Amino acid sequence: MKRLAPAMALMSAHALAQHSVRIENFTFNPPQVTVHVGEEVTWTNADDIPHTVTDGAATPPRYRSGPLDTGTSWTHRFTDIGIHRYFCSLHPHMQGMVVVVK
Amino acid sequence: MDSDENEGRRGFLRCMAWAGAGVLWTVSGGVPGSRLLGGAEAAETPGFSFVQLSDSHIGFRAAPNTDVTGTLGEAVAAIGRLDSRPALLIHTGDVSHLSKPAQFDTAFQVIGGAGLETHAVPGEHDMVDEDNGAPFFARFTKGAKHGYYSFDQGGLHFVGLNNVQDLRAGGMGALGQAQLDWLRADLRDRPASQPIVVFAHVPLWTVYAPWGWGTEDAAEALALLRRFGSVTVLNGHIHQIMQKVEGTVAFHTARSSAFPQPAPGTAPSPGPMKNVPPGRLRSLLGITDVRLVRGRAALAITDTVLA
Repeated sequence: MKRLAPAMALMSAHALAQHSVRIENFTFNPPQVTVHVGEEVTWTNADDIPHTVTDGAATPPRYRSGPLDTGTSWTHRFTDIGIHRYFCSLHPHMQGMVVVVK
Repeated sequence: MDSDENEGRRGFLRCMAWAGAGVLWTVSGGVPGSRLLGGAEAAETPGFSFVQLSDSHIGFRAAPNTDVTGTLGEAVAAIGRLDSRPALLIHTGDVSHLSKPAQFDTAFQVIGGAGLETHAVPGEHDMVDEDNGAPFFARFTKGAKHGYYSFDQGGLHFVGLNNVQDLRAGGMGALGQAQLDWLRADLRDRPASQPIVVFAHVPLWTVYAPWGWGTEDAAEALALLRRFGSVTVLNGHIHQIMQKVEGTVAFHTARSSAFPQPAPGTAPSPGPMKNVPPGRLRSLLGITDVRLVRGRAALAITDTVLA
């Protein structure tokens, strides 16, 4: 939350876009999204098997969704500029990326 | 593999599985072959036996199976109909679908209906709670707080491994150094003649890397098992039978009691096979019965379907 202040400032500079990632067939679709700092990404699981969205760059992970059952969603706000790699901790071959720009 | 060449020296393993209406799979030197059979050799030889259940996924309620508690109950009932009573029951993980205490409790109750001493290892679905598997360990691993442990029964040494903890992005199943160190110490003073049964959720051989169906550091564990004359590795995770023999090590994956998954690479993803024709589901679910055949250093593995 320490980056909240600059994020809030940016919010007034341009409208916040909503970004969605659909989880289907054991893939994150699209596998890469680019967002402005402070914007949110929402993942929705369309598979019959639960998946997670888990920080793939840090141990322990800085963010993780917990299990997303069929049809459920989880939203995370990205406040750090840079490349955020994530994966499904249930099926580690499933990987995705969020690129956060100014 | 010429069995005469190996018998009496280091023993040989013959793996058998009934699929549907009595197909016998004999895996020899890594090459599986099948033929129809009239009676199971394993059933003719009384001895120590145990049964394997896997991938119950209590909490799953989609196609092709909206009653996974019911099919687990049928699997337990099938255990009761075996010719001789197994000495114990092993569950190779994914007891639950979402690691919910209520799902664990339901599974515990249904599996308990078998009235058998039960040992389990976690699947990745049993470890998605906030506490990294603590609710599973409390119920199913008898105090082994990391989910791996060993015990002796019927002259066999059983080793339960946890290869679903702290998985890393892009990887497959993993044991980790601490567990490998524990395994080394556990096996160190055992005679090479003692049959070893290893059970873990994700296959300890790479079935299909693109779907993560393997264990990254399995080679290090298998190196520790190499000197033993009879090693049987039982896994789940892939919801179908696969077998392979490498030297004295026989690998076997069990069917699920909940839903089948596609053969490697035959579908866009490893998700449940939804379009199972009505009436055919139970022929794709099942239990595994493992029998020690005395004097022949062989473990016979028999898979039984629910219908």
